[in-house]
Amino acid sequence: MSSLTAPAAAPPPALEAVHLSKHYGSGANRFDALSDVSLSIAAGECVAIVGKSGSGKSTLMHVLAVLDAPSEGEVRIHGTNARSLSARALNRLRNREFGFVFQQFFLNAQQSVIDNVTLPLTIAGQRRGARRERARDVLASLDLLEKAAAKAITLSGGQKQRTVIARALAGSPSVIFADEPTGNLDSATGALVEDLLFSLNREQGITLVIVTHDDELAARCDRQVVLRDGRIVSDSAAPVLEEASR
Amino acid sequence: MRTIDLARTAIANTFRSKLRTTLTVLALFVGAFTLTITTALGAGVSSYIETQVNAFAADNVLLVQAQTDATLAAESDGPAEWDPESSTSSNAQAGGTPLAGAQAEPLTDDDLDAIAAIDGISGLDPVRTVSTDWVSHDESGQFEFAVNPQSAVTVADLEAGAQLDQGSSSFQVVLPNDYLEALDFDSADDAVGAEITIGMTDITGETHELTAEVVGVSRSSLFASGAGANNALVTELSSLRTAGIEGADENSVIAIAYLDDGLSTTEIDDVTAALDDAGFSAQTIEDQLGIVTTIIAGITGVLNAFAIVALIAAAFGIVNTLLMSVQERTREIGLMKAMGMSSGRIFTLFSLEAITIGVIGSLLGVGAAMLVGSGIGAALAAGPLAELEGLSLFAFEPLSLLGVVLLISAIAFVSGALPASRAARQRPIESLRYE
Ligand SMILES: Nc1ncnc2c1ncn2[C@@H]1O[C@H](COP(=O)(O)OP(=O)(O)OP(=O)(O)O)[C@@H](O)[C@H]1O
Ligand SMILES: [Mg+2]
Repeated sequence: MSSLTAPAAAPPPALEAVHLSKHYGSGANRFDALSDVSLSIAAGECVAIVGKSGSGKSTLMHVLAVLDAPSEGEVRIHGTNARSLSARALNRLRNREFGFVFQQFFLNAQQSVIDNVTLPLTIAGQRRGARRERARDVLASLDLLEKAAAKAITLSGGQKQRTVIARALAGSPSVIFADEPTGNLDSATGALVEDLLFSLNREQGITLVIVTHDDELAARCDRQVVLRDGRIVSDSAAPVLEEASR
Repeated sequence: MRTIDLARTAIANTFRSKLRTTLTVLALFVGAFTLTITTALGAGVSSYIETQVNAFAADNVLLVQAQTDATLAAESDGPAEWDPESSTSSNAQAGGTPLAGAQAEPLTDDDLDAIAAIDGISGLDPVRTVSTDWVSHDESGQFEFAVNPQSAVTVADLEAGAQLDQGSSSFQVVLPNDYLEALDFDSADDAVGAEITIGMTDITGETHELTAEVVGVSRSSLFASGAGANNALVTELSSLRTAGIEGADENSVIAIAYLDDGLSTTEIDDVTAALDDAGFSAQTIEDQLGIVTTIIAGITGVLNAFAIVALIAAAFGIVNTLLMSVQERTREIGLMKAMGMSSGRIFTLFSLEAITIGVIGSLLGVGAAMLVGSGIGAALAAGPLAELEGLSLFAFEPLSLLGVVLLISAIAFVSGALPASRAARQRPIESLRYE
């Protein structure tokens, strides 16, 4: 993707939010979930989005991931306005470039772990053999291979969380959006997941956008963006402990 | 998503909620079953009628009568008026066929000339009046016997032997197979080639006997009852009847007009119109049997209407099932869309689920209908309907079976369209928020 708006030499940021606003309802019921949010995330960066519950973290993540349209402002992906992309191009972008870990698991309870993990690859149109092989690799790296054939409903909370992360990684995305990726994990498994995400970031240059309450996890990121009532109150490379705690 | 994966997912999803799928499939099953049975019944009866009608070799033949009010009556399905004049010869003229619904005026020689002069008519045969009393074979005793005077234009539905040779000068008979036992024949083949004796009374009251050869044995038929006799025999019977008395030969009421070879339907219509202008009414034999086929078409139509009503009910079942399915899987749909599945593929996925339900329901329905139909058909053919030989009540034609399956799958697809498009239109993020 190229852009005319980007400066001639430097590559455009992987993700860019320009004066984003998102409001729900109208008139007296209008609620501003995001107000005038501007943010630029370079490729290969690791960004933590922190803030109190209801501050708009998930909303921001969804808008950045073009799952939701902003009310005002625009989102640019590698310098291209997301609004100018066709539905087909957006689907392709989310399928090939983005990996998602949602706040809820969204696993298909009656399907096997491996079928859940291969979903993005199935949607991408990969052959069954290839996608299962890839899924097994990812499951092995998350120490979950022995559960590959188990139904998702039979997993423990931590196993479900790791399955969800495996699904996000399966498509070898260039950006991973993770909403509370360690929220349901014990400290040991949490550490495993964190290590995996950060090593992907370090070794493969995958961009991480992590929404979290966990100060330690936030501190491990290059950068912390703090939201309060839908506005960015701080955006720095240093941990902002008092803003993120609750 | 590859098509094979779409299909696999759709089929797996169909069986996820087994009870709901089963109930929907049942509704379609009833529709498919009814539709298959009625179609097969219609086809079976029509094909039976058709074989019977074909016994008249009606392709190039018109039956011509003088136009009368009675002719008009014959075209409606009202009863034929009692006419003492014609009743004396009804034995022969009617020959047990529905072809002589009401009696018209006899055709005069001038009439015959006028008919023969019409373009497109290559030959004309007045239907001769013959009356026979009995038939016997060896020591069998005498049994009532009627000759079908129109056997010149009929092709019998043969069980054994051959058709009549109209050109032969020897007397030939095609014997209905219900005479076999009475005349002491062991089998149809046994009768072929045998000599039978026919008895008759002429108009002066004198009795005559003549022998004829059985060349064929016919199955009993709805329309062409009575024995077939070739030209030579009919001519002989007819002249014996008048006992040589000049003018005693009543003129024929019906004449058989042979059409030129290879006339198209419109050309036949032209000939009919010309005859009509000249004061005659002409019908093909199929015309005359039209009422029977119309009734059958009507009955199967009504039965099919019931099947369609069942299918419409089933269609709502599919809509309901899939709407519930879409509702239940809101998050799953949201997730798939978030991961880049296109709306078109989501639509296809749900449509395929609908079609899967349709195909299962219709295949089961068609299969069950074939089993039940064949069972009932065989039972009836062995029992109450044994008289109607050659009748297989249910005719399951591969094309119409395929048609039923396709129709029901199409109905399923159409019913699935609303839920499927609802699923396709969902916004991913709203679906993911759905609790
Ligand atoms: N569809 C919606 N309609 C109305 N209000 C909404 C909707 N979605 C989100 N909101 C509101 O927007 C605000 C931000 O929601 P969001 O989910 O982004 O919070 P969050 O920071 O992720 O919170 P948490 O840490 O609890 O997940 C909330 O107050 C929420 O009620
Ligand atoms: Mg949230």
